[in-house]
Amino acid sequence: MTVFVIRRLMQSGLVLFVMSLIVFFGVYAIGDPIEIFISPEADQIERERAKAALGLDRPVWAQYFAFLGAAFQGDLGRSFVFNMPAITLILQRMPATLELAVSALLLGIVVGLPLGMYAGYRPNSAGAKAILAGSILGFSLPTFWVGLMLIMVFAVNLGWLPSTGRGQTATYLGITSSLFTVDGLRHLAMPALNLALFKISLIIRLARAGMRENMLMDYVRFARAKGLPMRRVVFVHVFKNILIPIVTVIGLELGSTIAFAVVTESIFAWPGMGKLIIDSIQRLDRPVIVAYLCIIVFMFIVINLVVDILYSVLDPRVRLSEAKG
Amino acid sequence: MTAPTLVVEELRTWFHTRAGVVKAVDGVSFSVDRGRVMGLVGESGSGKSVTGFSIMGLVDPPGRIVSGRILFGGRDIAAMPEDELRHLRGRRIAMIFQDPMMTLNPVLRIDTQMIEAIRAHEDVSRDEARRRARDALGQVGIPSPDERLAAYPHQFSGGMRQRVAIAIALLNRAELIVADEPTTALDVTIQGQILFEMQRLARQTGTALLWITHDLSVVASLADEVCVMYAGRIVERGTVDDVLDRPAHPYTAGLIGSVPSRNLRGQPLQQIPGVMPSMLSLPAGCAFRTRCARADEACASEPAERGFGAGRVARCVHPLVEPVP
Amino acid sequence: MSMAQATRDPGVQTPLRRFVADFAESRVAMAGLAVFALVLGAALLAPLLSPQNPYDLNQLDIMDGRQPPMTKSLEGFVFWLGSDDQGRDMLSAIFYGLRTSLGVGAMSAVGALAIGMAAGLLAAYFGGRVESVVMRVVDIQLSFPSILVALILLAVLGQGTWKIILALICVQWAYYARTVRGTALVERRKEYIEAARCLALGHRRIVFRHLLPNCLPPLIVVVTVQVAHAIALEATLSFLGIGLPITEPSLGLLIANGFEYLLSGKYWISFFPGVALLVTIVSINLVGDQLRDVLNPRLQK
Repeated sequence: MTVFVIRRLMQSGLVLFVMSLIVFFGVYAIGDPIEIFISPEADQIERERAKAALGLDRPVWAQYFAFLGAAFQGDLGRSFVFNMPAITLILQRMPATLELAVSALLLGIVVGLPLGMYAGYRPNSAGAKAILAGSILGFSLPTFWVGLMLIMVFAVNLGWLPSTGRGQTATYLGITSSLFTVDGLRHLAMPALNLALFKISLIIRLARAGMRENMLMDYVRFARAKGLPMRRVVFVHVFKNILIPIVTVIGLELGSTIAFAVVTESIFAWPGMGKLIIDSIQRLDRPVIVAYLCIIVFMFIVINLVVDILYSVLDPRVRLSEAKG
Repeated sequence: MTAPTLVVEELRTWFHTRAGVVKAVDGVSFSVDRGRVMGLVGESGSGKSVTGFSIMGLVDPPGRIVSGRILFGGRDIAAMPEDELRHLRGRRIAMIFQDPMMTLNPVLRIDTQMIEAIRAHEDVSRDEARRRARDALGQVGIPSPDERLAAYPHQFSGGMRQRVAIAIALLNRAELIVADEPTTALDVTIQGQILFEMQRLARQTGTALLWITHDLSVVASLADEVCVMYAGRIVERGTVDDVLDRPAHPYTAGLIGSVPSRNLRGQPLQQIPGVMPSMLSLPAGCAFRTRCARADEACASEPAERGFGAGRVARCVHPLVEPVP
Repeated sequence: MSMAQATRDPGVQTPLRRFVADFAESRVAMAGLAVFALVLGAALLAPLLSPQNPYDLNQLDIMDGRQPPMTKSLEGFVFWLGSDDQGRDMLSAIFYGLRTSLGVGAMSAVGALAIGMAAGLLAAYFGGRVESVVMRVVDIQLSFPSILVALILLAVLGQGTWKIILALICVQWAYYARTVRGTALVERRKEYIEAARCLALGHRRIVFRHLLPNCLPPLIVVVTVQVAHAIALEATLSFLGIGLPITEPSLGLLIANGFEYLLSGKYWISFFPGVALLVTIVSINLVGDQLRDVLNPRLQK
């Protein structure tokens, strides 16, 4: 088990290194931010001074090593636009993104799991067919367009929900979140639903397939032959079995939810790191781009590792075979 | 003389599929007395397992019991609502399945799976249920039952798992145990041990046993009486000694002839020519006539059940022994 | 000899015919196919079908701007789906947008297919170190969501039509590589490959005449899924302003253009391009779903 974890960690480190290389050299190969920061009338001396101040006059490889050295000390450069450390900037925006992503995943589970289980339990019912059709649509609907339509219906036509921003936040148990205020929840509702739509469809499919497959298994018949009520057969025996693949997928989806939050945040002007990266790409704020990509890759690596470990905790078969090996 | 534990009268369980009606069980009658072992023999697809599931009330759509009665404790199981059936299952009628690898839930511990089987029917404390579970494991010969209770199914060998399944069947001192080929997937030595123990249990506790198998040698060593099934019907029924020593039906004789034995070493095994016809297109009259050496035009009409003395019956126009009117 | 004759029987047509018959069994899938044919036709024939050329500034009149659907334009034709702020007919813009979206989707699919197929076949056929390197790269890439990979590449490469096609190729190739390798591994172990090797047939012949044809069914399914995915991803990136440049207005850009007018109730500028995008993706997915069922050997009885 430890060997497994160490090997995974080494692989992760390598991925992180390669990523920083690609991102850094790639990002520095494009555009010239000097053009943006300095007025076209500025003379050559002013330009050189600005370049030196930003460290852009040194060769690219030297800039990279300076970046790498600083990165190990937690310094990923300063934002040209905000004139503050990129990592601070991103960490400031991260809670909003995490709040959105976690809410979307929870919504996906709360809505998707029961619907999917029902669709798998009674696969021939009209309800099940409607659920399945809905999930196919959910897969095909482009997220950003659904976001626009949500705004059109709930913000513009009905006027029920605000269309932009995060709303009021409150601190509870040391966590500052808009989940704790009514205004915050009203702001969160549409973005979370928008981001959850794909997850709901995914979880419906997984739960439905797992339910159908497991209901045909001998252990279900045996459990029924023991005289267990159907309630217990479904919610204990089958549920625990379908939970394993679903938990794995949900864990892995946390990363992709954070990544896809880029779209939702841009539409709803949600002040998270996703909106920040899109703005930064458009403004060529390179330190922020590099820092964002490094941080998100790092988050992915951590999430994947945690999911692997969680998976082995949930499934006794995996747990034991790895304990032996 | 007390009433039999189980009486099956003219049971018909049909499957309404898109391709047509499969009469998996078509007019089956037999009874099992207290403390006795009834063997139900037939090839795969002969309807013997469906008979077992019908008794458990576990026939799933598209299958349905279309007519007949299953009398148990003075009540007709075939006409019982699901809620009452559930209280019967696992408490008064238990079932053991064919594949021990598939019948236990892989993600639940053995104690969970045993305790729930007790608590589904009786309002006892967890500790009391656990104690009974441990005793049951000891009863079927599982060493150090206390520790094994906390184990997961995959930590047991196939033979041990089947013992656990049997222990679960014994938990509530069922009056009838339906065993669907419980030893087929096991080694011959383990099979012998389990057969011996089951026979002992039946005698000691007065439990009636319906033993479903395709293996005549198992029936010979275990059962008191035997029903031979072919294409959804019982073609011959009687005590094991009568039926195996002097079979009346050519199909029974064919089955006996195809069992290898030491006395016949060096001689070619006799085989029943051909294969069982599709259940969707059974020949009219005796279903076996397409493979029977004795068949003639008379077999094209339905053979009536005829007595051969001492509770023995067979459905054959040209039996191998003389009927006793 | 007899083998060769058997394969030349009139029955040669049967697999294809059976495939068509199996596919046609689902009415929903046939409807999807028909709709997709219409979409494709609209994209290909855009210049003929459109009431105006939406990108010829001489044909636009700013006075026609932001007209709701069914309004008559100053030119005399009807804005069936309204017009945008430039006085551009939305229907024409959608036809041209489909052209761009489908074109980008198709080109990226072809590129990804070529690269992924080559990588997958190499990995499966040669095994060993080649395989472990290729598959490790595939695994790592697939552990990142497509939008993130595209985001990284576009942040690195910058904007442009070819750049987004390149980014989409990089996002997709790994799926093809994995599919091809998976199928090819199964096929490679089969006897006919062994037989071909015993006959000392060249590598190229074995790979292209024997391995590749057997990898086609699952590949076809992946292609449909990935084309739909690529179209959606391109639209998303263009919507975010980091995809196609404004000179190549795909559906995503049209939707982005309408975003600011949405809040003032002028829904049609965003709504109809979105519907076109949705119809395209759903029709491809319906076809893909049925292909998966028909071509899946496990479901064939």
